[in-house]
Amino acid sequence: MTRSDAGGGGTTRRTLAVVSAGLSQPSSTRLLADQLAAATRDELVRHGEQVDLRLIELREHAHDIVNHVLTGFPSESLRQVLDDVTGADGLIAVSPIFNASYSGLFKSFFDLVDADALGGRAVLIGATGGTARHSLALEHALRPMFTYLRAVVAPTAVFAAPEDWAGGAVDGALRARIDRAGRELAELVRRSAPSSGPADPFALTTSFDQLLGGQDT
Amino acid sequence: MQFGVFTVGDVTVDPTNGREPTERERIKAMVTIALKAEEVGLDVFATGEHHNPPFVPSSPTTMLGWIAARTERLQLSTATTLITTNDPVKIAEDYAMLQHLADGRVDLMMGRGNTGPVYPWFGQDIRNGIPLAIENYDLLRRLWREDVVDWKGKFRTPLQSFTSTPRPLDGVPPFVWHGSIRSPEIAEQAAYYGDGFFANHIFWPAEHTQRMVGLYRQRFEHYGHGSADQAIVGLGGQVFMRRNSQDAVREFRPYFDNAPVYGHGPSLEEFTAQTPLTVGSPQQVIDRTLSFRDYVGDYQRQLFLIDHAGLPLKTVLEQLDLLGEEVVPVLRKEFESLRPAHVPLAPTHASLLAAAGGGSDSTVHAVDDVTGRAPEQTR
Repeated sequence: MTRSDAGGGGTTRRTLAVVSAGLSQPSSTRLLADQLAAATRDELVRHGEQVDLRLIELREHAHDIVNHVLTGFPSESLRQVLDDVTGADGLIAVSPIFNASYSGLFKSFFDLVDADALGGRAVLIGATGGTARHSLALEHALRPMFTYLRAVVAPTAVFAAPEDWAGGAVDGALRARIDRAGRELAELVRRSAPSSGPADPFALTTSFDQLLGGQDT
Repeated sequence: MQFGVFTVGDVTVDPTNGREPTERERIKAMVTIALKAEEVGLDVFATGEHHNPPFVPSSPTTMLGWIAARTERLQLSTATTLITTNDPVKIAEDYAMLQHLADGRVDLMMGRGNTGPVYPWFGQDIRNGIPLAIENYDLLRRLWREDVVDWKGKFRTPLQSFTSTPRPLDGVPPFVWHGSIRSPEIAEQAAYYGDGFFANHIFWPAEHTQRMVGLYRQRFEHYGHGSADQAIVGLGGQVFMRRNSQDAVREFRPYFDNAPVYGHGPSLEEFTAQTPLTVGSPQQVIDRTLSFRDYVGDYQRQLFLIDHAGLPLKTVLEQLDLLGEEVVPVLRKEFESLRPAHVPLAPTHASLLAAAGGGSDSTVHAVDDVTGRAPEQTR
């Protein structure tokens, strides 16, 4: 995970978590994630906000993710990553499409996010794949998952196929989609109250008298 | 401070030779471990309660009653008693009976159980885990403290003019701990009643235990049971020892790698760094255990898990020898020298009796057919 600051002169500091489930080096998934992050950041900065980007390569945490699935608790470094994701003002989540859906690593990571932790959070989804015929995986796999998590998903989801990267097409149709998606996420972030950070799992949310009285938590 | 062992009672293949004990062998091994615990000078034996394979201890009071009859000093406890799926009436009766037979050496640890399929087998739903734990325990307390109970709740059929028998030994209910890994509501429950709080301290990082115990201590003080550092805290822990720490690591690794719950996941080294698991020499176990106090404060009970994952009985008994001869005597002395005078020891039947100003027989005799007097009037 790396962290970079941008912007200046704004009054609000916003955090964007950028999750890439790309596996290769270099990774087109990471490339798309970076471009979505830059577009969103630039739009927020244009509106006078300061932006912290937190870039998360799931590959670096692959073993910890599996260990968490098996043991039920995260390693210290994975806990920080999960806190970065659930505590951010906005989330950009990009997965390669494997066998017509998000990658197993991508899903395993988000399986570790508490079902309430992303409620109301602004999310931008993106995906890469070997053929444009995979593009609707964004709509049938990624979007429903974030909808289940009650996140607010930007209307534009960005899929990049090999032909999008080829021959300078990044300056064409893909570029336009990235910019539009970035504007949408920036707008969702700007309209929301600044994040109060990740939820405290040890916080008491109910009085004991309420518990004794049989009221649900 | 009390030191002891707790067992989940799993029947697990020994990964080094493929041998799987029978249920009978495992049950006999568990009680052998309990007797050995007393023999080597430990204070507590606690058994889990499970209602599905690969676990054998579905009937804790039967097992603890057998152990009680063959021991003199050993404190008998549970880890945990399922307050969600057991009928609180049956818990009240079973453990009151056990307390009489054990002459006051019994306490209990309440837990919810995290095995989803078990709940419907007992007519419950795991999604009601917390509300069940709250309602059932509140009823259990009343059954031990009130001779005649009229009660109505959400989860159990109502009670009218019900007397749970036998009444608690000397009129003093057994001390109760509440165990939870990550539910703040249970720390709150323990604090509300001034009961003990037990942190599993095996499967989760120390930081979790620190947060849960901290919450319990703070709420214990909030509810007026004493200062935060007087709250009653117990910790689990998992150790494997050989005189030479490299031997311990080499011998334990196949059991760790194939263990239920965390097997085939993190490496032994990762898990040792992330959780309180200690695999090494007796001195390493002493040092690690003393360090628990740094993040939970002075505490009252330390239970070690030493007999799971297919470890053979002979090996477990060797662990008990090391605990009894080398580890616990040092820990006992060190912890006691560090404990401030105002921090209490773990409550026992004797201490609760003294606090109550002495005991009295609490027998409730049956309604007299001639006079028609109700049970509460016959006392």
